[in-house]
Amino acid sequence: MSVGIEHFLIVGAILFCLGLAVALSKRNAIGVLMGVELMLNAVNLTLLTFSRFTVSARPVTGHAFVVFVITVAAAEAAVALALAVSVYRNRETVDVDRMNLLKS
Amino acid sequence: MDGAGPTIAFWILAGLTLVSGGGVMLSRNLLHAVLFLIATFIGVAGFFVLLSADFIAMAQIIIYVGAISVLVLFAVLLTPRAGRDNGESEFAVTAVSLAVALAAVFIFVITDTSWSKVAADPALTARELGNALLTTWVLPFEIASVLLTAALVGAIMLARPPEEEAEDALA
Repeated sequence: MSVGIEHFLIVGAILFCLGLAVALSKRNAIGVLMGVELMLNAVNLTLLTFSRFTVSARPVTGHAFVVFVITVAAAEAAVALALAVSVYRNRETVDVDRMNLLKS
Repeated sequence: MDGAGPTIAFWILAGLTLVSGGGVMLSRNLLHAVLFLIATFIGVAGFFVLLSADFIAMAQIIIYVGAISVLVLFAVLLTPRAGRDNGESEFAVTAVSLAVALAAVFIFVITDTSWSKVAADPALTARELGNALLTTWVLPFEIASVLLTAALVGAIMLARPPEEEAEDALA
């Protein structure tokens, strides 16, 4: 019994595609944001898998990249949720189908 | 990664992560979707432990499970009249078929490639990560702190009530 790089990469790929489906198909803006967070997590998992399993002169680079991805994800979540609250205050909805002020 | 322990841990974590990831997609109530999202984050943190990234796993627990999910819960609770519905838009069929096609391509590429593997675990510690962040990656590190400050200020500006803005304009 053993698990290798392929197993981890496949879990990462499936998680990424789940996040993509959530981000593209949900009507609630907060649901869309949850899909984006899932995708970012899947990418982190893939980066750490490559850092652990492949030949590299500096395997710590993958870990450093993951730290930056987590940082940017936190900033993105804060701004996106503030946007959702702000839109809700003006339109009483967070439904992305009804955010259509720019539509003529 | 040989041995029964990591293998069993891998399959348990894969089940937890993918089932709760599916729960985010399928649950009809937005609050349940957030709870499934938290379970997914915990599963991914378990994968990080399995990949011997202990510092990143702790950061994942603190930042994602501790902070981001609370932020998402706050956003759900601060939009009470928008409904708790987690339904799909008219693009649901297109989005799901795109995701399934992409997953098929990914899985084909992953299984078809012959990866150049290392036998031994590189066994990175938090000390090496800290050294790398403050020597090689010190410029991106500082830029990330500027980005976090800007995002914090921007989020406060976006989310504060209009009355406060009017008061500030008068003062």
